[in-house]
Amino acid sequence: MASDLNFFFEVLIGGLLSGVMYSLVALGFVLIYKASGVFNFAQGSMVLFAALTFVGIMEMGVPFWPALLLALIVMMLLAVGIERVVLRPLVNQPQISLFMATIGLSYLLEGLGQGLWGTEVRALDLGIEDLPNEWIQENLSLQISTFDIFSAASAAALVGLLALFFNKTKVGLALRAVADDHQAALAVGIPLQHVWAIVWAAAGLVALVAGMLWGSRLGVQFSLSLVALKALPVLILGGFTSVAGAIVGGLIIGASEKLAEVYIGTFTGGAIAAVENWFPYMLALLFLLVRPQGLFGEKIIERV
Amino acid sequence: MLYRESGQFKTSYPADQAIFPIRQDRIALSLLLIAAFIVVPLVADEYWLGSILTPLLVLSLAAIGLNILTGYAGQLSLGTAGFMAVGAFAAYNLNLRLPELPLIVDFLLAGVCAAAVGMVFGLPSLRIKGFYLAVATLAAQFFIEWVFTHVGWFTNYSSSGVISAPPMTVFGLSVDTAVEKYLLTLVMVAVLALAAKNMVRSRIGRSWMAVRDRDVSAEVIGIPLLKTKLSAFGISSFYCGVAGALWTYCYLGTVEPAAFDLARSFQVLFMIIIGGVGSILGSFLGAGFIVLLPILLNNIAAMIGHGTLQADTMANLEHIIFGGLIIFFLIVEPHGLARLWQIAKEKLRLWPFPY
Repeated sequence: MASDLNFFFEVLIGGLLSGVMYSLVALGFVLIYKASGVFNFAQGSMVLFAALTFVGIMEMGVPFWPALLLALIVMMLLAVGIERVVLRPLVNQPQISLFMATIGLSYLLEGLGQGLWGTEVRALDLGIEDLPNEWIQENLSLQISTFDIFSAASAAALVGLLALFFNKTKVGLALRAVADDHQAALAVGIPLQHVWAIVWAAAGLVALVAGMLWGSRLGVQFSLSLVALKALPVLILGGFTSVAGAIVGGLIIGASEKLAEVYIGTFTGGAIAAVENWFPYMLALLFLLVRPQGLFGEKIIERV
Repeated sequence: MLYRESGQFKTSYPADQAIFPIRQDRIALSLLLIAAFIVVPLVADEYWLGSILTPLLVLSLAAIGLNILTGYAGQLSLGTAGFMAVGAFAAYNLNLRLPELPLIVDFLLAGVCAAAVGMVFGLPSLRIKGFYLAVATLAAQFFIEWVFTHVGWFTNYSSSGVISAPPMTVFGLSVDTAVEKYLLTLVMVAVLALAAKNMVRSRIGRSWMAVRDRDVSAEVIGIPLLKTKLSAFGISSFYCGVAGALWTYCYLGTVEPAAFDLARSFQVLFMIIIGGVGSILGSFLGAGFIVLLPILLNNIAAMIGHGTLQADTMANLEHIIFGGLIIFFLIVEPHGLARLWQIAKEKLRLWPFPY
C-alpha cells in the first residue's frame, strides 16, 4: 500500500512540476492580456521562435550567455515590430479581430522561425539531467526529476522578477495603470504604445525561458508551439487577468492531467489512451459552466 | 453600362424581396451554375476535378458553416474540423450499420449528428463569450479527435485507423469517377448554399445578427438567447458535418481522424477571414483563395527555382504568406474579398460615367 501511495505522490508532484511549465507559458498570455486586452494566440509560436533563435545562435558558435542576450534582443525587436505593424493599426477594433490577427501572427512566426533556422529537431542541453534526483530519492524515497525541480525554480525566479518589476519600478506602475484602464492611463500621459512594446517584450522574455525549458525536454521543434495550446485551459481555470491565477491554474492542470492519464487512462484501456490530450480542456470547460471568470479573474460585468 | 438596375421596376412584394433582385445578378448566377454543372465537367481534366475543384467546393461548404456561426451569430469557433469529423464518421457508420438507407440520407443524417454534437458543445456559449468560448470549442476539437482515434467502435475496430470509404451509389447510379464525385459535391453544395443564403435573410438569420451585434440588447428586445445561439451552433455544425462527410467520401476516399486536425479548423477560419466574415459569397471566395494560393505558389516556385526550392521551405513560405495575409486583411479590409466585390459592383453601377 505504501508503494501505491508513493506512486500517487510521484505522479502528483511530477504533474505539479510540469504544471509549473504550463504556468510559464500561461504567464506570457496573462501579461499581454492584462496590458492590452489582446488574447495572444501567438504566444506558443513565440515560444517556438525564441527557442529556435536561441539554438540557432548557439549553433553559430556563440557561447551560452551572449546567445541568451542576443535571443532576448531579437525577441524585443520582435515585440516592437508586432506593436508597430499589427497592434497599432488595429487599435479600437473588436477584440475578436485582434485575436484572429494573432492567429495569423502565429502562422507567420512559425513560418519565419522555421524558415530562418530550419525545421529539423534540435537538441538543447542546459546541462541539467532529466533523471530522478538522488537526494530526494534517498531521503523521501520519491522519484522526482532534477530537471523538473530546476525548471520550477527558474519559473519561480522569473515570476519573482516580474512581480518586482511590476510592483517596484516606474515602468511597472505604468503597466499596471494601462492594465486598469487604457483611456485613463492615456489621459495622465502614459505612452500607451511604449507600454505595449514593453509588455510584448516581457512576454517575449517569458517565451524565451519557456522555450528553453520545454526545448531542452522535448527538443526544439514545431511541437513546442502546441504546448501553448495546453496553456489555454490553464488560463481558463486561473482567469485571464491574474498572474497568481496562471500559476495556480497551471499547477491544477498539470497535476490533474497526469493523474487522469495514469488513473483514467489505465481504466479505459492501455497507456496509448492519451487522456491528457483532452482532459485539461474538458476540465476547463466544466469549470467555465460553474465560474465563467475563472478562479482569480475579474467578475464580468456587462452594461448595455 | 452592363451592370445597371435602372428600369427594373418591382411591382410586387415578393419581387422586391427576392434573393437576387437585380436581373444581372440572376443572369450571372445562372451562367455560373451552367458553367459549373455542364462546362466544367466537359472541359476540366481529372486532376482539376478531383484535386482542386472538389476540395474547393467541400471547404466552401465548411466555410459557410463556420460563417453562419462566426460571421452571422458572432460565436468564434475553433472546432470546425471536429464537427466535420463527426459528420464524416457518422456518414461512415450509418452506411456501414444501416446499409438500406440511401447515401444522400446518410449524408444528411451525418449533418444532423454533427448538429447534435455541435449543440452540446455550444451550450457553454450561453455563459461564456469571446476567447473563453474559443477555448471551449478547442476542447470540442481535441475531444472529438481523441474519441475517433481511441474508441474502436467508430472505426469499426480497424487496426490502422484509416478506412477506405465504401463505394457510393446515389439513386441506383454508382459514383466513382472524379466527374461524378464532383457533380455530387456540386449538387449538395449548391442546394445547401442556397438554403444558407435564404436562411440568413430570414427571421432566424436576423436574430443571429442581432445576437452578434449585442447579445444583451438582443435579449432585451425579446430574442431568446438560448434558442438563437444553439440554433446557430446546430445549423453551423450541420453544414460542417455534411462537408466532413463529402470530404471523406468525395475527396479523400478514406475515413481517418487525421484529416480533421486543428490545422483544418484554422484553414476554414482563414477562409472566412479572407473571404469575408458574414457573407455567403465570401465563403466561396475565401475557400477559392486558400485552396488555389498554395498551388499558384508552387507553380511560381517551380518556374523561378526550377525545383531548387525545398518542400519544407515552400511550407514555411506558405505559412508566412498566409499569416501575413490574415493580418493584412484584418487591418486593411476586415470584410474580406466579399467586400471588395461589393465595392467593385458599386463602381460598375456608375461605370463608365461616374459623377
